[in-house]
Amino acid sequence: MLKDITIGQYYPTGSYIHKLDPRTKILVTFALIVGLFIIDTFIPYTYIVGFILATVYISKIPFKYILKGLKPLRIIIIITFVINIFMTQGDVIASLGPLNVTVEGVHQAFFMAIRLILLVMGTSILTLTTSPIALTDGIEHLLNPLKKIGVPAHELAMMMTIALRFIPTLLEETDKIMKAQMARGADFESGNIISRAKSLVPLLVPLFISAFRRADELAMAMEARCYRGGENRTRMKELNMTGRDVVALGATTLLLAVLLFHRIIL
Amino acid sequence: MSKMVEVKDIQFEYKNNTEENNEEQSTLAINDVTVTVEPGEFVVVIGHNGSGKSTLAKHMNALLLPTKGDVLVKGLNTKDEENIWEIRQNAGMVFQNPDNQLVATIVEEDVAFGPENLGVEPKEIHRRVEEALNIVDMLEYRGKAPHLLSGGQKQRIAIAGVIAMRPNCIIFDEPTAMLDPSGRKEVINTIKKLNKEENITIVHITHFMEEAVDADRVIVMEQGEIVLQGKPKEVFSKVESLKKLGLDVPQMTDLANELIKEGINLPQDILTVDEMVMKLCQLK
Repeated sequence: MLKDITIGQYYPTGSYIHKLDPRTKILVTFALIVGLFIIDTFIPYTYIVGFILATVYISKIPFKYILKGLKPLRIIIIITFVINIFMTQGDVIASLGPLNVTVEGVHQAFFMAIRLILLVMGTSILTLTTSPIALTDGIEHLLNPLKKIGVPAHELAMMMTIALRFIPTLLEETDKIMKAQMARGADFESGNIISRAKSLVPLLVPLFISAFRRADELAMAMEARCYRGGENRTRMKELNMTGRDVVALGATTLLLAVLLFHRIIL
Repeated sequence: MSKMVEVKDIQFEYKNNTEENNEEQSTLAINDVTVTVEPGEFVVVIGHNGSGKSTLAKHMNALLLPTKGDVLVKGLNTKDEENIWEIRQNAGMVFQNPDNQLVATIVEEDVAFGPENLGVEPKEIHRRVEEALNIVDMLEYRGKAPHLLSGGQKQRIAIAGVIAMRPNCIIFDEPTAMLDPSGRKEVINTIKKLNKEENITIVHITHFMEEAVDADRVIVMEQGEIVLQGKPKEVFSKVESLKKLGLDVPQMTDLANELIKEGINLPQDILTVDEMVMKLCQLK
């Protein structure tokens, strides 16, 4: 049951977007987030929507997959929408008891909701088109220049890799312990939240103990293979920026420029 | 040629604080052990749990340092801090639990981990990874995630990860203990292949007697000391003394021994089924 969980939500199609350098994709996503926060009117949204739709089209990912990413956030989006509608000062158009709906409120509510939706869509495209490993590599390379000011880029990437490596192993183990406890009469499913949480203790204790033991053994195995931190370490896979990446970065720069133009000049 | 590994009169003490009386107790895990391993040799170390065999293995690539005595790997002393990385590159190690020694999320990347640590050029790493995966016969799995592989396959990946560092010697610390019979066979065949075809010195630690049959030399350990040493035939013909130590002998040796007791004229040193068949057919 726990085995079916996949890490990340990578959806390989081998498209142009998938083949981009992970660094490019991270930078583009970052630019998109910045873009979403610098605009203050509705018109520039159309550019961003256009940009995202174009990316989705090129990436060959079914649109419903991207909408799926919005599902867990729907409550937050609705709350933001409602709060903005009622809590913004301005010309009252309708009132519901002590609550007033204002023109500015409606405006603000739509504005914020669209911002949130686009934010989630933009970042899901990143995780849908980039495998967790490529993402880790990209982050390590992007953080590399920050090493000088003490950002542990290599260590962070190593931690992410090991976490990704051990998630399936630990899930499998959880499943095993759960079945073993169930075979001896443990009940994980009935009762209220508190008693259910309590029933997890006999699951978590052995899981933690074994995780620590694994960590200890892994550390020894890594040492035996000459691991001594990030210094003087080479990588098998080098990241290469190609023409593709130049095009993608160019398009993004153009988008940001247009958004800035709207913000400052118009 | 110089010796591959020289273990000279080492002792190793574990310090364990007993919580009740807060006294410091030390246990001797290894007591006055001297072993030399020649280049190209295939040495099997057998013994019980707690006989000190794993502790001895961890001394051979500087994961543990002896309390007394010296360990030299290719003439380099493990006590010298500067030698550690060269020693670990020369004497690779494969551990018991296949899950807890794989680092990366992709087979290929995991094999590359060792050479990456050594600072090898990316192109050369690619070549070594391919070569190492080819030797362990796992090339077709290069893009797979390790958690989807069987135990035997994971262990072969771990072996490939060590080979990619180009060691002269590989120490196997009970690599087959957690595997099913078919996985065990895969790993043992790979180990033998490494010794014969790649001419890598092997120190194989195990408690499966069958795995010792093809070794050049068998070392039997008990309570931190070496009790028997010699060619497999010599060691296993001492059926009674091995049994006294609570160790098994290969099935066929055991059978031969029983048959001899019944008065059938067989040699003491039969190790494999084939030999047994041969000898039995020669009986009148």
